Amino acid sequence: MTPPSYPHRHLLGIEPLEPAHIQAVLDTAEALREVLDRPIKKVPALRGKTVVNLFYEPSTRTRASFEIAEKVLSADSLSIATSTSSVQKGETLLDTAKNLEAMNPDMIVLRHSASGAPHFLARHCRSAIVNAGDGAHEHPTQALLDALTLRQKKGRLEGLRVAIIGDVMHSRVARSNVWLLTKMGASVVLCAPPTLMPPGIETLASVTYRIEEAVEGADAIMMLRLQQERMTGGYFPTVREYHARFGLTAERARRAGKDVVILHPGPMNRGVEIASEVADGPYSVILDQVTNGVAVRMAVLYLLLGGAET
Amino acid sequence: MAPSPSYRERQELMDAGRLALTLSRIGHEILERHPDIRGTVLVGVRTRGVPLARRLARVLREAAGVEPPVGALDITLYRDDLTTVGPQPVLRGTDIPTSIDGRTVVLVDDVLFTGRTVRAALDELIDFGRPSRIELAVLVDRGHRELPIHADYAGRTLTTTRDEVVQVRLREEDGDDRVVLLERAAAPAPRARKAPAAPTRAPARAGKTRGPSRTRRRRR
Repeated sequence: MTPPSYPHRHLLGIEPLEPAHIQAVLDTAEALREVLDRPIKKVPALRGKTVVNLFYEPSTRTRASFEIAEKVLSADSLSIATSTSSVQKGETLLDTAKNLEAMNPDMIVLRHSASGAPHFLARHCRSAIVNAGDGAHEHPTQALLDALTLRQKKGRLEGLRVAIIGDVMHSRVARSNVWLLTKMGASVVLCAPPTLMPPGIETLASVTYRIEEAVEGADAIMMLRLQQERMTGGYFPTVREYHARFGLTAERARRAGKDVVILHPGPMNRGVEIASEVADGPYSVILDQVTNGVAVRMAVLYLLLGGAET
Repeated sequence: MAPSPSYRERQELMDAGRLALTLSRIGHEILERHPDIRGTVLVGVRTRGVPLARRLARVLREAAGVEPPVGALDITLYRDDLTTVGPQPVLRGTDIPTSIDGRTVVLVDDVLFTGRTVRAALDELIDFGRPSRIELAVLVDRGHRELPIHADYAGRTLTTTRDEVVQVRLREEDGDDRVVLLERAAAPAPRARKAPAAPTRAPARAGKTRGPSRTRRRRR
């Protein structure tokens, strides 16, 4: 039995990972979750390591969850929200990163609106880089925490039928999840209005424009937030009409498999992509996702910063 | 799982029967010191301390009619060499099924060597509460302590050299019950060959080994 292991220096996306690497992160997260239930929620594993959380876009869950994971593992961390930093004075991403690096951190967690920003930093920085969301490209830790939640609730990923519904076009969560789920042997059906379905995506997963069809017999439903802040044109007539055609209502959810689980990466637009009675209903695992988010980020920190440096 | 070619068996320290007898003796010693076994928790140090702790719990049930709870401790996150060992060690998780406040905890491990594992285990245990007392039971004490730590119950105490490895093999993990002393095989003189010989490695996964043999591998 060769133990699972994660051989990379960075976590930039799910696409370049092999199933065994994904497995290693999930197994490590599973082993680490127990730490969060201890009376003293702190282990000395990453003492003396410094992590910078560099967030060029707003975030509640992802940032809080990285910060908690860093503290639980005893790493020193600081978070920089660019809205209150020198980025406002016109400093470039590379200059900001180089200056932070001059203070010798071991890892930079980056969220940025440009796809590929973390890959760019990985080429120019010494630190380990973790992608906490880049543009509409990838959000690997979100896909990993979704997978951990699915594995806990369903006991497996292989053979699951997962519907990903909503604003696929602007969603890095959808892309990372499509990569992860298909690599792990699940089948994915994407559902969105044609205007919010990125061209070419049908090479990665099956596509439908009818939510009833997507939901039918699904083991899991992942709802995506309608990202109106990224929309530059008219993708649909009104929010009300979007909800009427593509919102997950209790009635639609009933078409799914008997023990369906319903996920949402947050923040939710209640009454838009998901009805409140579904979000708060018995099949919703949205808050389990948040808890698992901490465990997955602890696993990523441990796998990238534990072990020898060279 | 055969030991890697760089180590060879020098001596069998225990066969299956001897191992069972030794555990039974340790169990009875624990009982002798703690007649009311209800206040005791056994905590095995992963990997092989855990099946040993389970077996000890069965010994105690047979002898006293009460089976103490058994926990498992993964001390990886408390290791003092976590950021210097080769690739990240695989985590298997800690599981302490009951409160340890005010109880006697008997830590169980297979081999006591430098004492660093026990130091880490003590630190981790304390994060779960305040036991009234912590004791240590090991199958083999092979000496070479680097910290002021000693075993309260030792199945066998022996003198070893640092080059040797004490390998404990257990049914639950390795398929058979055996304790053997391994010694480093004399490295064959390097011959000029077309293909360079593969570097020899210590038996990193073939049973738990405690020796100066941690493989250091480079991380990309």
